[in-house]
Amino acid sequence: MTFFRPAFRHPELPPNAAGYLRQDYEGGISTLCAGCGHDSICNAIVQACFELALPPHRIVKMSGIGCSSKSPAYFLGKSHGFNSVHGRMPSIATGANMANRDLIYLGVSGDGDTASIGMGQFIHAVRRNLDMLYIVMNNGCYGLTKGQYSATADKGSKGKKGGVNELESIDLCELAIQLGAGFVARSFSGDKQQLVPLIKAGLSHRGMSFIDVISPCVTFNNNPESTKSYHWVREHSEATNTFDLVPFRRPITAEYADETVQEVVLHDNSVIHLHKHRDAPDITDRRQAIDNLEDHKAQGVILTGVLYANPDSADTHDILHTCERPLNSLTEADLCPGSPVLEAINAAHR
Amino acid sequence: MKQLESVNDFVVRFATVNGSGSASANNLFAKAVFRMGVPVSPKNIFPSNIQGLPTWYEVRVNERGHVGRRGDVDMVVAINGQTMRQDYDGLVPGGYFVYDSSRPLPEDFRRDDVTAIGVPLTTICNEAFDNVRMRPLLKNIIYVGALAALLDMEFEVLADSLRKQFRKNPALAEPNIRALELGFSYARDHHAGACKLTVRRSDRVGDAVMMDGNSATALGAIFAGATVVGWYPITPSTSIIEAFGRFAEQFRTEDNTGRLKAAIVQAEDELAAIGIVIGASWNGARAFTATSGPGISLMSEFLGLAYFAEIPAVLIDVQRAGPSTGMPTRTQQSDLLTCAYASHGDTKHPLLFPCDPRECFEMTADAFDLAERLQTPVIVMSDLDLGMNDHYGPPLAWDENRQYDRGKVLNAAQLDALAARWGRYRDTDGDGICSRTYPGTHPDKGVYFTRGTSRDEYSAYSEDGDTYVRNMERLRLKWETVKRLLPLARIKMTNAEARLGVVFYGSTTPAAYEAIELLHRRGIAVNSMRIRAFPFQQEVLDFVLAHELVFVIEQNRDGQMRTLLINEGSLPAARLVPIASYDGLPVASRFLTRALEEALAERGVILPKTAPDQGGTR
Repeated sequence: MTFFRPAFRHPELPPNAAGYLRQDYEGGISTLCAGCGHDSICNAIVQACFELALPPHRIVKMSGIGCSSKSPAYFLGKSHGFNSVHGRMPSIATGANMANRDLIYLGVSGDGDTASIGMGQFIHAVRRNLDMLYIVMNNGCYGLTKGQYSATADKGSKGKKGGVNELESIDLCELAIQLGAGFVARSFSGDKQQLVPLIKAGLSHRGMSFIDVISPCVTFNNNPESTKSYHWVREHSEATNTFDLVPFRRPITAEYADETVQEVVLHDNSVIHLHKHRDAPDITDRRQAIDNLEDHKAQGVILTGVLYANPDSADTHDILHTCERPLNSLTEADLCPGSPVLEAINAAHR
Repeated sequence: MKQLESVNDFVVRFATVNGSGSASANNLFAKAVFRMGVPVSPKNIFPSNIQGLPTWYEVRVNERGHVGRRGDVDMVVAINGQTMRQDYDGLVPGGYFVYDSSRPLPEDFRRDDVTAIGVPLTTICNEAFDNVRMRPLLKNIIYVGALAALLDMEFEVLADSLRKQFRKNPALAEPNIRALELGFSYARDHHAGACKLTVRRSDRVGDAVMMDGNSATALGAIFAGATVVGWYPITPSTSIIEAFGRFAEQFRTEDNTGRLKAAIVQAEDELAAIGIVIGASWNGARAFTATSGPGISLMSEFLGLAYFAEIPAVLIDVQRAGPSTGMPTRTQQSDLLTCAYASHGDTKHPLLFPCDPRECFEMTADAFDLAERLQTPVIVMSDLDLGMNDHYGPPLAWDENRQYDRGKVLNAAQLDALAARWGRYRDTDGDGICSRTYPGTHPDKGVYFTRGTSRDEYSAYSEDGDTYVRNMERLRLKWETVKRLLPLARIKMTNAEARLGVVFYGSTTPAAYEAIELLHRRGIAVNSMRIRAFPFQQEVLDFVLAHELVFVIEQNRDGQMRTLLINEGSLPAARLVPIASYDGLPVASRFLTRALEEALAERGVILPKTAPDQGGTR
């Protein structure tokens, strides 16, 4: 928790391609616990949006209820925000996106907000392949109500209060892959190197981009026996691949000697270059992606990185065949059939 | 036996099995009466399943334009063996029992005050038609033909309707018209003069239309520019969305691309449905959903958010019989309290009460203006009777010069022109309504954070008690503005000296006016008020205060409107007498008349006896 943030910024910090400074993407001061993983994720969001040079006012940030859902107040202060009700961010995001398809929708949620109370809304937003980036800040517990296990807590994990979680955990990434999300990734709040490019790729992908970010709860779930603790995750994670996101029209620079490079071209012509071992699974294949997750789970390893990508999937607007113009920009002339039409309708009812 | 005898004034009931295709045959009959210039009112009384259970279709024919349900049945067309006994026993003395005489009538069907008219429907049908799959449908048309002959109707009107119906498939028109002829000629040849009920061509219909309220509601949303729909299927609201979808295909397809100028999202449940509406409205689109009581319960949390965060939303509640699943295919007006105060905390919502399809159209369109002007959810209170039955009524009308009222929304230029710091929840006009912005409007002005938590005038989170109270008081002030913008009640002061008043709303209207007319004919002075909106304007409270006794007619057990009147208007409870009709059928004028008579008698007002009108209200 920080009560004060110095207003001073180095005068020569360079602006991004759109002329915005990094501070244009910052938000209010966090009220989360000192050391909370969520703050690192907020920082990664700021960094990713800055690097992509997105106009801040074209981003819409949305959330539900919980520690994670409070965080939109701590980044992107020049973006409209909507802190809705518990577990219902996906429906608000759906409506907002239907109203204006030209904005960028960034949803932030937690494991309680998504995997328990909001499970129905989450999986159905995924099924719609809603064009948004959906980030879950996953700490395996309910922070604001003081540490109860959530549905993503691993079976056998032990929290600060000492009880063992006996229930099977829900793997949100696996569900997202199964139910039609076009881009699915997992990361760790302590791995900024990986998280920033993942967020950038998620923002560039059209359709549902889902990123599950394991984000330890320093107050209630960071003891050594917890599988969502900093220590555990650092010891037990493995990256699928390393990758660069090459935004549209930027030169490709990455080169790695003993690995193959898989290219995934996103809808906006950005390119993801995946650097991976030759025998690693193909991330554009849904089955291989799920097998890969399960194989690592069986070994007690948390798999991170891009887990699945299908850049050509149809999003909600494609499916509903809505017009290209944002619906909220249409006027009477576009929308009202007029009284002669009504006269004809009356006549048909006589 | 004295047979019932009347011209253009009777009730006929078709007793059939659902899923047998009888609905369209019955509708053919009702439409033919209408096309002969006689006001008509059909009520479909159907079960909550798809196939095999009893269904009734009750058609009231009334030259004088009383199109509420009357109650009592003068003639039954008994096609359903399961309910034959009940249908026979339920006929009024002097009534007519039309049945399929392919099998003889059971021996214990021996009422001597009923005229039994046998038509061998099955035999006629099987002899004339080989196609086994079409037989059940054609049998329905045969009974319509027979009925037309019994009632002296114009055969050509029915035949024309069939031709129109099968315009796109003339091969089907031919057997249907033949079936109509077979029934018609059988009844004419075998039962000439047996029935003394008649439909005679009239000129009472004028420019009236026959339309269901749900279609009119969907049209209201189309004309008002709704573009985003979030919904979840639930009887009896589903046909609003289905109609909206059809009209959108027709009137909202983009010329050059063939794409739709609307997004209709079938959600996973009602919570998501209203969430979609709130998200879209927040982002500047006109959005709505339609549901029924159980959906309202599920949407309550979100309605509180929209109230507190001040986000427009239009919600149509097509009410059905509760509590819980209740009787899902029966009508009621029993969601008033749950809608008026939906959600936890101090929450309240404006309600509109349409009484016919024309008002369904107008009030739905108005609801979008109101919701955006007031930045709050507005609920249109329809019901199953109004929504799903065809209603005889005035045509829909749209003012060609009407502009949408999008409310206080600032664009980039207006934000630039602001002299003082802008606050999302700062009331600068003194009406309790603040200005809002859509996301993406301006690079660095007009941004705010929307939340269900308490906040100050600049939308910054605050748990300060004074700040919270200030905001709640502003919402109270806004509630006063709401009253100024809502439609006024329709008050009829037929007699300034009258000590009695009658209050009603929504689909109760035609039956209530009919009962009142009867009281007038008996020399009882009563004034009436049709409530059209909640919260109540002063006029509504004044009407109650101006009468010694006010009967409040409602289709619910607990007198929910009466409760609202007492609660919101601090009105004396003893003065407001509840009259309840809540068996799930549309309220009947005969029932109302009896209930009013009894209520008056209890209070020492004895009505003079008058000769009952044949077939009309007695």
